[in-house]
Amino acid sequence: MKRAVALFALLIGAAPVPQVDGARLLADDAAPVLSAYHLFTDNGGRVPALGMTRYTLNTPLFSDYAEKFRYVWLPVGRAAKYTDKGVLEFPIGTTIVKSFAYPADFRVPDAKVRLIETRLLVRRATGWVPISYVWNDAQTEAVLKRVGARVAVAFIDAAGAAQQIDYAVPNVNQCKQCHQQGNDATPIGPTAANLNGGLDGHGESQLATWAAQGLLAGLPANPPRLARWDDPATPVADRARAYLEVNCGHCHSPAGFASNSGLYLQHDEPDPEHQGIGKRPVAAGRGSGGLSFAIAPGDPDASILLHRMESSEPGVMMPQFGRTVTHAKGVALVRAYIAGMK
Amino acid sequence: MLKSVLLLAAASIAVSAASARTITVKPGADAQERLQTALIDAKPGDRVQLKAGRYALADGLSLDIANVTVAGAGPARTILDFTGQKGEGEGLLITSGNVLVRDLAVENPKGNGIKSKGSDGISFVNVRVEWTGGPKSTNGAYGVYPVSSQHVLIDNVLVKGASDAGIYVGQSQQIIVRNSRATGNVAGIEIENSYFADVHDNVATGNTGGILVFDLPNLPQQAGHSIRLFHNQVIANNHPNFAGAGNIVASVPSGTGIMVMANRDVHVIDNDIRDNGGNAVLIVAYPNKFTDKNYNPLPRAIAVRGNRYVGNGTRPAFPGGAQIAAAMGGTLPPVMWDGVTGYMVPGGAAATADGGILVNDGPMVNLNLKMQGATPTAARPELAMSFAMVTLPEPEAIVLPAAQEARAKAR
Repeated sequence: MKRAVALFALLIGAAPVPQVDGARLLADDAAPVLSAYHLFTDNGGRVPALGMTRYTLNTPLFSDYAEKFRYVWLPVGRAAKYTDKGVLEFPIGTTIVKSFAYPADFRVPDAKVRLIETRLLVRRATGWVPISYVWNDAQTEAVLKRVGARVAVAFIDAAGAAQQIDYAVPNVNQCKQCHQQGNDATPIGPTAANLNGGLDGHGESQLATWAAQGLLAGLPANPPRLARWDDPATPVADRARAYLEVNCGHCHSPAGFASNSGLYLQHDEPDPEHQGIGKRPVAAGRGSGGLSFAIAPGDPDASILLHRMESSEPGVMMPQFGRTVTHAKGVALVRAYIAGMK
Repeated sequence: MLKSVLLLAAASIAVSAASARTITVKPGADAQERLQTALIDAKPGDRVQLKAGRYALADGLSLDIANVTVAGAGPARTILDFTGQKGEGEGLLITSGNVLVRDLAVENPKGNGIKSKGSDGISFVNVRVEWTGGPKSTNGAYGVYPVSSQHVLIDNVLVKGASDAGIYVGQSQQIIVRNSRATGNVAGIEIENSYFADVHDNVATGNTGGILVFDLPNLPQQAGHSIRLFHNQVIANNHPNFAGAGNIVASVPSGTGIMVMANRDVHVIDNDIRDNGGNAVLIVAYPNKFTDKNYNPLPRAIAVRGNRYVGNGTRPAFPGGAQIAAAMGGTLPPVMWDGVTGYMVPGGAAATADGGILVNDGPMVNLNLKMQGATPTAARPELAMSFAMVTLPEPEAIVLPAAQEARAKAR
């Protein structure tokens, strides 16, 4: 493959400009290897190609402490359309790229970073399609994986403790389970509100940057902003509801996989009972932990929602997949939120 | 590795009539990956055939392709064993329509057994879901669990040990549950927030409660109605309740045969109900506070007739049950109604029931609680015998699409 590219370069007499292969992304069949799309200029998936825009979210999904590198690629000359609610309206051909990675030691986060998987969401004419690639041990190639996988991951955490994780790469049905809203799959992260903050938390809003670069059309003067879950200057309730929206709200919404629960965890859900306050379980089964309410105001230990966040046992834990360990800081935030309720 | 799996899958695809294929999966190493691959690779019309044997599965399985049959060699021979399950809330999750699951067993899932969400056309035929350690609070919630689905067929299914309901149909429409058996569950069969259901020729025995028809507030589909329970054997459902507190079934008294909570147009007809220590038939309003203005907590237009009652009501387990039994001559009458006929609409006025409770067999004890939320200690039990001459128009029989029935009957 590499030889073929080199030969081709020789034939035309100049190195080709690395360019994302938009046609390959739109083809019906997923490429067997990630490199086929030319989303990155290196074999290791570290150097994004021209036109790949890296972004970060005010509040991200917790995925077993994995570091995430997010990019969006839009067909040349095309822009996303602004929308207040839900994900931005991206044009056909748009590809959202997310790599999951672990540094060997979180105290030195930029060294010895091991990529585990790279997930794509491609907007085809028929809708968004999820495609997942798992990296090889040599970190030279990522291979299509539709049925999921378990990957043993070891790292030193931020406190210096050795951690072992049985990392779960989702299968294509699991991708859809979280990304489904009604009859359509959709991205989750890149909403106006969650992008309305600086890249890596610094500088001007990414919405403004994208608009200036011609990647976003129709940006209003005052777009909504989702709180940063880890920003101590923001009220706890705003941070907790942002956290719950991002970590739970993709299923727990009126059009999501957990619609039948009646528990809706969007940060702006108006009905207290749908938010979980004083809400009795419906189909929680043993997941209720013997507790009566999703959120018992002022009483975190009597709240099913927190009980299920604290658990890492299948059948009890929430989310049902996407993590195998408990997110201590997320739990602490939601605990503080419930404790502060009257 | 991946290539070899693909080759293997390709090799075992046999082209049969027209375009429908049979994808055969065998137990053994990598069963998880091979089985999940088959469920992802299946095309509409395909049959995923699971050879006899025990499949050790570490994660939940899922199917999202319409018009697929997942079949085993029989519930004693093809066993999906989730004892070592590490992730997911179900053993098998189905999110597509026109799916038939047949002739297999699911054992010891950590959460629910087989769930369908949003399926139009979902059939479970000759299936067993069992928690093999017996009834335990650590068992998963539901055995067979169609929710937000339409055209639901549950036929010749056995569920044992669910810590909530063995066979649970929630927020669904056009439902048949027949020829099935539920034992050692908290609730044997439960129809919740559902419309148009026939539950007939089933056996519910050894559960806490045999067959429940419930309606709960604040859900996308509520105001359950048009449900017939007939020709069922509801026998000795006296198991202590082992549901996690807080769940609605945790409030079901041990010894309950059939229980109707809220709902409209529920008919309980021609069942054999015997040896349940508490109420053979219990009809109640939703007891908890609620904030949903659109919710009606009352049972309305409930008909109970032609049932055969033997040996029920001798050991009521619910608070006050012994006193009521004593006042009625030592044994609870077969039917008990809480007598709640009114409720307060949240933030609004009082409302009353728009249909009566008509018991033609009985006798029935009416607790005369009157208002929803009244404390049970306010009960004034009264024997009511006066309903014998009238009944209600019966909901129409459920007829599922002929193709769905034909497919379920074929092998």
